[in-house]
Amino acid sequence: MKKLLVTAALAAATAFAASAASAQTLNAVKQKGQLTCGSNTGLAGFGQPDAQGNWTGLDVEYCRAVAAAIFNDPTKVKFVPLSAKDRFTALQSGEVDLLVRNTTWTISRDTSLGLEFGPVNYYDGQGFMVRKSLKVASAKELSGASVCVQQGTTTELNLADYFRANKLELKSVTFATSDETIKAYDAGRCDAFTTDASGLYSERLRLANANDHLVLPEIISKEPLGPSVRHGDNQWWDLVKWTHYALLTAEELGVTKANVDEMLKSDNPDVKRLLGAEGKFGEAMGLTNDWAYRIVKHLGNYGEMFERTVGQGSQLKIARGQNALWSKGGLQYAPPIR
Amino acid sequence: MTATDAAGSVRPPVPPSVAFVRAGESAPQPAPSSVAGPWAWIRTNLFTGPLNTALTILLVLLAFWTVPPIIRFLFIDAVWSGADRASCIYTAERTAVGACWAFVRDRAAFFTYGFYPIAERWRVDVFFVLLAIGVVWLLNLRAPRRDLAAIYAFAVLPIISFIFLSGFPALGLPTVPTNLWGGIMVSIVVSAVGIVISLPLGILLALGRRSTMPAAKLVSVIFIEFVRGVPLITVLFMASVMLPLFVPDYLQPDKLLRALIGIALFASAYMAEVVRAGLQALPKGQYEGAMSLGLSWGQMMRLIILPQALKITIPNIVNTYIGLFKDTTLVVIVGIFDFLKAIEAARIDPQWAAPTVSATGYAYAAVFYFICCYAMSAYARSVEARLAVADKR
Repeated sequence: MKKLLVTAALAAATAFAASAASAQTLNAVKQKGQLTCGSNTGLAGFGQPDAQGNWTGLDVEYCRAVAAAIFNDPTKVKFVPLSAKDRFTALQSGEVDLLVRNTTWTISRDTSLGLEFGPVNYYDGQGFMVRKSLKVASAKELSGASVCVQQGTTTELNLADYFRANKLELKSVTFATSDETIKAYDAGRCDAFTTDASGLYSERLRLANANDHLVLPEIISKEPLGPSVRHGDNQWWDLVKWTHYALLTAEELGVTKANVDEMLKSDNPDVKRLLGAEGKFGEAMGLTNDWAYRIVKHLGNYGEMFERTVGQGSQLKIARGQNALWSKGGLQYAPPIR
Repeated sequence: MTATDAAGSVRPPVPPSVAFVRAGESAPQPAPSSVAGPWAWIRTNLFTGPLNTALTILLVLLAFWTVPPIIRFLFIDAVWSGADRASCIYTAERTAVGACWAFVRDRAAFFTYGFYPIAERWRVDVFFVLLAIGVVWLLNLRAPRRDLAAIYAFAVLPIISFIFLSGFPALGLPTVPTNLWGGIMVSIVVSAVGIVISLPLGILLALGRRSTMPAAKLVSVIFIEFVRGVPLITVLFMASVMLPLFVPDYLQPDKLLRALIGIALFASAYMAEVVRAGLQALPKGQYEGAMSLGLSWGQMMRLIILPQALKITIPNIVNTYIGLFKDTTLVVIVGIFDFLKAIEAARIDPQWAAPTVSATGYAYAAVFYFICCYAMSAYARSVEARLAVADKR
């Protein structure tokens, strides 16, 4: 019933999308004086409220970066927490201007929902956690091991595929909810636990003895998470994309929150173009030319954001891995600003 | 005992010096322990037969098995203060960790106010106080001027609450949009609106359904049956997701308002059926008696029928209210941070990621909901007891 409703809603939404998108999102946002951002209802490291009721997390900071580029004020964001069910319709109906809610970019979502997916702000993927006492260093050594996994998820399918492809013997132990799964692993029902890597790090902290457990290096599935916008408003989509690229370029060039003012005087033409001292790249998107300066001034570069929310500066301590810059062995690559 | 007893037989007076005759009255003996006292109570209540004995032993064992660990978890092993997860995780010295109350203390403000701006939270406190005054004044039977209390609770309080919670820039209260509302505050606002609207609307619908006017009857029946026929989740989902697709941008009602309307209509449909049960339980003679006195339909309902019908249905009305109060947690599916969702969102925070944090959060929620629901049912019982006096005369 609910599925039917969602389908009907999405079909209706797609019909509406054309009319909704022809309105200039950027102008509407400027007129409202704030960006409306579809966010998570609570996901460790990506979007969750702190003790004072402020939203924090990597996805949240993406929204703040877009607001900083437009208004020079990262607080001009209205966060609309969306459940997995209503996130796309909220974007379609114009309730939110931008959806940054750890949403996996897939072909079906990209082509049939009337959405545009922006750049990937976090490369996630399924990983494994084991007890250190098991003395396993790679997922390839897990043959015959029992693996705790949540029932009926793509995680379960990926697990079976991976074990079959690598000719390993699989004993999966399935549970209905993720809480039950992690409890069972903690109680010693299985040797390994599998879910998305970002989830492994946050679940690990809730185990009785977090330090007795180890996240294995293998990532066995592709979960590119990124922002999405309504189809058809290309100016707005450009702005959202280049916000991420500006964050990456700043990291590449060593421009940080602390040194951005000094960097304004830099002779490096790449830095000059990024910070708006040269060229008119901001105006082409309907912004001011110092748009990237504003982002870095308020939030720092991508690396700083990453470490602050999910990396070493947070409790999660997720390694950069695939999210390192391309020059450091990761996948984060920004087209040149010129 | 005197010399001459009731039978009239005459005995010689006993001289006081004779030792074998009792002179004074003997003190009453306590009842034998087999009929009075704690042992007798235990024997007659707990161990009357093999079945009762077995049940008693089973329950005592169950209590021994469950109560000490719960007390241990909630109090003895509990962590009462701390700044982050480090105070609630297992370490070499701390091998037993109970409830992490430090987490609840750290997040108590968030659980109560949600995202409400810190500088404006006093307004929510004012709302809580005004609401408490209204509830006590209206529900306490010995309170003075309860007619004013009704005006206060149903007319003044909603307006003042709205001004305080939502803001009124002209009075120096900045607007706080409802997406910043959360926690206990939202749970109470949603249930209060549901409770206040559902009873009058439910009565109207029940009367409509029993009406002889075809139009009123048809509308009531369709409304009740349609709303009762869909789950609350679907109603909320429709209100939140489908509605915005079919109305223009500028007409879009607030997200919280949509949920409020959905819940109020949903509760009204159930309330209508509860009230209808009361109406049907009244003997036909009550209606006929009222009509033979020449009362109009309105007078009959107001003076004769509804007071009796509502009295019969108090347990069911309160039952519906308690159900409604707990159902408000479903607003989470449309992204509103009620009390339970606030706990859910906080428990996954890596800052507090520790083995017992989730259980502690849920224990806090359980205590809150239990206190609220028990207070409702206790008050309803006292009202029932007072109204039942009339039946015993």
